Amino acid sequence: MAKIIVVTSGKGGVGKTTSSAAIGTGLALSGHKTVIVDFDIGLRNLDLIMGCERRVVYDFVNVINGEANLKQTLIKDKRVDNLFILPASQTRDKDALTKEGVEKVLHELAKDFEFILCDSPAGIEAGAMMALYFADEAVVVTNPEVSSVRDSDRILGMLSSKSRRAERGEDAIKEHLLLTRYNPERVAKGEMLSVEDVQEILAIPLIGVIPESQAVLNASNSGQPVTLDQDSDAGQAYLDTVSRLLGNTVDFRFLTVEKKGLLKRIFGG
Amino acid sequence: MSEPFFELKGSLFPLTVIHSSDLTLAGLQTALEKKLGQAPGFFHQAAMVIQLAPEQQNIDFASIKQLFTALKLVLVGVTNASPEQKQQAQAAGLAVLRLGQDAKPTSSASTAAEKQNDNAAASVQQVPMHTKVVEQNIRSGQQIYAKGADLIVRGAVGAGAEVIADGHIHIYGTLRGKAIAGAAGDTGKRIFCHNLQAELVSIAGHYWLSDSLQGDFWNKAACIRMQDDSIVIGEL
Ligand SMILES: Nc1ncnc2c1ncn2[C@@H]1O[C@H](COP(=O)(O)OP(=O)(O)OP(=O)(O)O)[C@@H](O)[C@H]1O
Ligand SMILES: [Mg+2]
Repeated sequence: MAKIIVVTSGKGGVGKTTSSAAIGTGLALSGHKTVIVDFDIGLRNLDLIMGCERRVVYDFVNVINGEANLKQTLIKDKRVDNLFILPASQTRDKDALTKEGVEKVLHELAKDFEFILCDSPAGIEAGAMMALYFADEAVVVTNPEVSSVRDSDRILGMLSSKSRRAERGEDAIKEHLLLTRYNPERVAKGEMLSVEDVQEILAIPLIGVIPESQAVLNASNSGQPVTLDQDSDAGQAYLDTVSRLLGNTVDFRFLTVEKKGLLKRIFGG
Repeated sequence: MSEPFFELKGSLFPLTVIHSSDLTLAGLQTALEKKLGQAPGFFHQAAMVIQLAPEQQNIDFASIKQLFTALKLVLVGVTNASPEQKQQAQAAGLAVLRLGQDAKPTSSASTAAEKQNDNAAASVQQVPMHTKVVEQNIRSGQQIYAKGADLIVRGAVGAGAEVIADGHIHIYGTLRGKAIAGAAGDTGKRIFCHNLQAELVSIAGHYWLSDSLQGDFWNKAACIRMQDDSIVIGEL
């Protein structure tokens, strides 16, 4: 059975697309056949972050409208086996997605993939609702600041009331908190909320903490999901996250201000 | 095709009652704008009733109604009206309502009005109080209303969420949003919470905003109730 996971946040620019790309890549690296679906119709940028923007021929909306089939539309990643991208349309607007259409495509994908990762647009309007409607699990991407936490709370409310599982009275969507752009120095100075603060407010299990990192910026500029940069802090934090998503227990890293000790300076760290 | 359905039924609804010594247009406008400014959004399109005093004469109900509409409020009617006031209010298309016992006029209400109230008060008391239990956290943007009932929330009430009950409200998690107890006008209802960080608490239409709540009980377990016409906070 394929698992449908929505990557969502409410607030814009918190790292949904970065996380979709990184987690999707990590799942595929672990040997699970994965497709990342870009629900951000009209503002597509998953293909940029995945570095496959020049290979987009057809898109999600074309498949829904029957203008192309999935085989023609899915883009296979050149670096990682088992990894595919379903790009969004740049030219249509968000109304191009219908519930019936999305259901048909997800149903089709479910026959072939283990994980279907849905990169949600920001907001709580139709596009975001469509991305979460069919989900089995949700990765709620949150930055350690008040407005982002508030929007995540809002999205959690939507997950438990507006999803198909909620409407049908089935088991609730499994919720995961992913804290991104975490900066322990600023947390120590009281300029940002701590992991504990955010967890206290949102009260859902923590799946990962991704540090604020130059590696993420380098990765998106070069069209490489940061998970492929396995020496970087963010890359490692995403790999830990993927491992937890697969059911493993992994200690959390990058939560405290790093003191560069003498040994670290000599041997690198 | 099923038979068309039509039925008339009496029901009780929470209404916000306004007491004001100044019912001139300018006076009302200043007072309302000040209140609305304190709690933006809270009263959006709220149904309201003006409580009259016998000495208030020649009130321009039609203009007052327009003022409410302009401020995005809905003026439904008046209460405690003298026969003359009643006629004028009705001419302006307003309902003339009788007040329940629990929202006794604070100022000089006539004894005749008091007597009238007893009937209405009886109907408030007759509403059987049930309990509505919510097991999860109530998230930002969600609203829960326990109509004619107490409300128990086993989780937290998030910032931007709203819980409303005609009865008492018990919150076993942190209250970060708004809690409105005694929404049908019963000042005897209370709010209990395990951690008070609320945006607003209200009992029977009286409310306190977050600023007024900062004090001994902020971030602590608390019980909020009415005493002598004002809200008081005490230990749980
Ligand atoms: N851990 C991180 N460290 C540093 N920068 C980051 C991190 N995560 C994301 N960013 C940066 O934040 C910006 C927004 O990221 P991203 O596009 O993934 O967010 P989004 O939630 O998908 O945005 P939108 O709501 O517009 O879809 C990008 O410039 C990205 O490089
Ligand atoms: Mg995005």
